Amino acid sequence: MRDKAVAVSSWLAALLLAGNLALILLVFPDEQEQGPIFRIIFFHVPMAWTAFVAFFAALIASILYLASKNLRYDAFAAAVTEVGLAFGAANLLTGMIWGRVIWGAFWVWDPRLTSMLVGWLLYAGYVMLRRAIEEPTERARMSAVVSIFAFADVPIIFFSIQWWRTHHPQPVVWGSSGGHMSPEYWFMLFFNWIPILLVGYLLLELRMRQERLSRELDALRREAHAL
Amino acid sequence: MAVPALRGAPVRTPARRPRLSFVRQVLTVASKDLRSELRTKEALNSSLAFALVILLLFSFAFEPTEAQTREISGGLLWLVFAFAGALILNRSFARELANDCLDALIAAPMSGAALFLGKALANFALLLAVELVCLPVFGVFYNVHWTGRLPSLLVVIVLGTWGVTVVGTIFSALTVNLRLRELMLPMLVYPILIPCLLAAVQLTSPLVMGQPLTPELMIWLRLLVVFDVIFTALAVALVETVMVR
Amino acid sequence: MKAIEAAGVWKYYGDFPALRDISVSVEPGACLALLGRNGAGKTTLLKIVAGLSRAARGRVAIHGAEPRAQAARREIGVLGHAISLYDELSALENLRLFGRIYGLEDPERAASEWLERTGLERVRDGLVREFSRGMRQRLAVARAFLHDPSVLLLDEPFTALDDRAIALLQALLRQAVEQGRTVVISTHQLREALELATHVALLVRGRLAYAGERTAEMLEDTGWLYRHYGEPQSAPPPGARG
Repeated sequence: MRDKAVAVSSWLAALLLAGNLALILLVFPDEQEQGPIFRIIFFHVPMAWTAFVAFFAALIASILYLASKNLRYDAFAAAVTEVGLAFGAANLLTGMIWGRVIWGAFWVWDPRLTSMLVGWLLYAGYVMLRRAIEEPTERARMSAVVSIFAFADVPIIFFSIQWWRTHHPQPVVWGSSGGHMSPEYWFMLFFNWIPILLVGYLLLELRMRQERLSRELDALRREAHAL
Repeated sequence: MAVPALRGAPVRTPARRPRLSFVRQVLTVASKDLRSELRTKEALNSSLAFALVILLLFSFAFEPTEAQTREISGGLLWLVFAFAGALILNRSFARELANDCLDALIAAPMSGAALFLGKALANFALLLAVELVCLPVFGVFYNVHWTGRLPSLLVVIVLGTWGVTVVGTIFSALTVNLRLRELMLPMLVYPILIPCLLAAVQLTSPLVMGQPLTPELMIWLRLLVVFDVIFTALAVALVETVMVR
Repeated sequence: MKAIEAAGVWKYYGDFPALRDISVSVEPGACLALLGRNGAGKTTLLKIVAGLSRAARGRVAIHGAEPRAQAARREIGVLGHAISLYDELSALENLRLFGRIYGLEDPERAASEWLERTGLERVRDGLVREFSRGMRQRLAVARAFLHDPSVLLLDEPFTALDDRAIALLQALLRQAVEQGRTVVISTHQLREALELATHVALLVRGRLAYAGERTAEMLEDTGWLYRHYGEPQSAPPPGARG
C-alpha cells in the first residue's frame, strides 16, 4: 500500500514538475519589473510554505509522541523536520539567487528570508540534538520538547524580525510586485506547490524508513548485549 | 558500633506529613544553588572574566568613538551578556551531576516546577550580578555615560535577563546528560533567544543614548514581556517531561 | 493496602523491553531482596518505584499513590549508587537541606540526630568534598533515612561500602524492618541481602522469574535461586577449557 503511494507520487510529481516547468519557462511572459528571474518565485515561495507546514507537522507529531509514547510519531517528527530543513535551505538558496540578480547582493536582510534563516538554525539544532542522544526513548522525549519550543518561537521570530526591518528599510525581495500579481501567477504559485509537496512526501517516506531501520538495529543490539 | 534505636514511633501513614509550600521549595532550591556557587565561584568567576575580556576585545577590535559606542551599546552589551550567561547556565544543572544529586532532587517531594524556578531564580541572580558589574566597566573603558535613563534601562535588563535565564535553564536541564553539553546548550538556546535579544538590543541603545522610550520602542518592550511569559509557561509545563526519564 | 504494588509494568529503551510485564506487590513491613544479573532490570524497576523514571505501560503504587505524587515521594527514602550529596556543602548543610525539602518540622534537629547516629557528629561542619569514602557513605545513609521514610529503596547498597558502613546499614535496616517499614534491596551481595530479607524476587532479562518468601534453603545455599529459576549458565568462552 505504502509502496504504491510512493510510486504514484513519484510519477505524479515528475509529470507535474515537468509540465509546470514547461509552462513557467515557455508560456509565462517575463515580469515587467523584475524580468525573467521572477519565475523563481514559483519555487521559492511554495518551498517556504512547505517548510512551514513541515515544521507544524513536526509540532503535532511531537505533542502526539509525548501523549502516547509511540515511537512512530517520533520517527515522523524527525523525518518531517529534516524535510522542512531541506526545503528551508532551498528557499534560502533561491532567495539568495534572486537577491543577487535583482539587487546585486546575495543577502539583504529581507525579513522573510531572515526569519527563515533563524528558523533553519532552530531546527538544525533539533537535528544536532538527535545525533547527540543515543537511546531512542530519551532522544524522542528530548527532541519532542525542543520541537515544541522551536515552533512556539516561530511566530515570535517572524514578528520581531518583521518589526526590526520596517525600521531599517532594506530592499524586500519580492515585496514590490508580490501583492499585485495577476491571477495566473497566483494560480501557478499554488499549482506548483502540489509537486513540491509530493517531493516532500517522498523525502519523508525515505527518511522514515531509515529511522525505523535504525531503531530496529538499536533494539537488536540491546537484545544482543543482554544475552 | 552501637546504633541508637530509630525513633520508636509507629510508622506514619502518608497523609499526615507536613508539606513545604511551593514558594518555600523554590527559595530552598535557589538558596542552595547560590550558596554552592558562592562557595566555589567557578561559574561566577569564569563568566565575569569572559564578559570583561569580550568587552575589552571589542574596544581593541573596533575602536569605536564615544558616539558610535552609544549607538551600538545595545548590541555590544547584550552579546556580552548572552555569552557570559552561557557559562552560568551550563553550570546550572551540571552541578547536580556529581554524586547523582539530580536524582535525589527529582525523587524528593518537590514539584518539577519548583525545582526549575528555584534554579532559574539563582541563575537570574548570578547573571544579573555579572551584568551589573559589566555596566560600569563598560562606562569606564568606552568612556560612555550610560546612566541617563537608568530606571528604564534596569527594567529592560531585568526582562531581557529573565528571558535568557528561563530558556537557558530549561535547556540546561535538557542537555545535562549529553556528552557535548557545552556545545549543544548555546547551539540550541541562541536561536530561540534571537527575538528576546533583538528586543533588548533595540531598547538598550536608545536608553544608553539618553533617549526616552517612544511608542515605537514600546512594542519591543511588549515583545520582551510576551516572550518572557510564553517561555516561562512553556518551561514550567515541560520541565517534568524533561527531568523524569 | 500494599506498601508497593506493580501491575503489568513494561519499560522500553527504544524498541527493546528492559522490563516485561512485571507484577509484584510488597506488604508493609516486608523486606524484599531484588535479585538478578547485570542488565536484568533491577535498577530500572527501582527507578520507576522511586519516581525517577516512568513505566511505559502498567501501574505502580506506593501506599496507593502514584510514585510521582508528592505524598508518595515523602514516604520514600532512596539510596542509589552515588551518595547524592553536595561536595561543596557541609554534612550538616546537606542534611538540613534535604530535611527542609522533605518538609520536616525541625530540619536542624533531625540533621543533628542523624549525624550522631552515623558517627559524623564531629565533622558536621566539614565539607563533604573532604570526607573519606566511608564517611560519605554513612552520610548518604543518613540522608536516606533522615525524613523517617516508611519505604526504603536501596540499589546495590552493600557494594563499595566499608565494614563500618555495612554494619551501620545492616543495623539500621534491621531496625527499620522491626518497626514495620518496607525495604527493597536490589543487590548482587546475596549473603547480606538474604539475611535481612523476608521476601525475594528474581529478575531474569526483564521478566520476573520468581517472587515469594525467602526460605531457609535460599539462605543456606545462596546460589539456589539462580540455579532453579535463573538462566542456564552460558557455555565457557572458546579456548577457556580448563
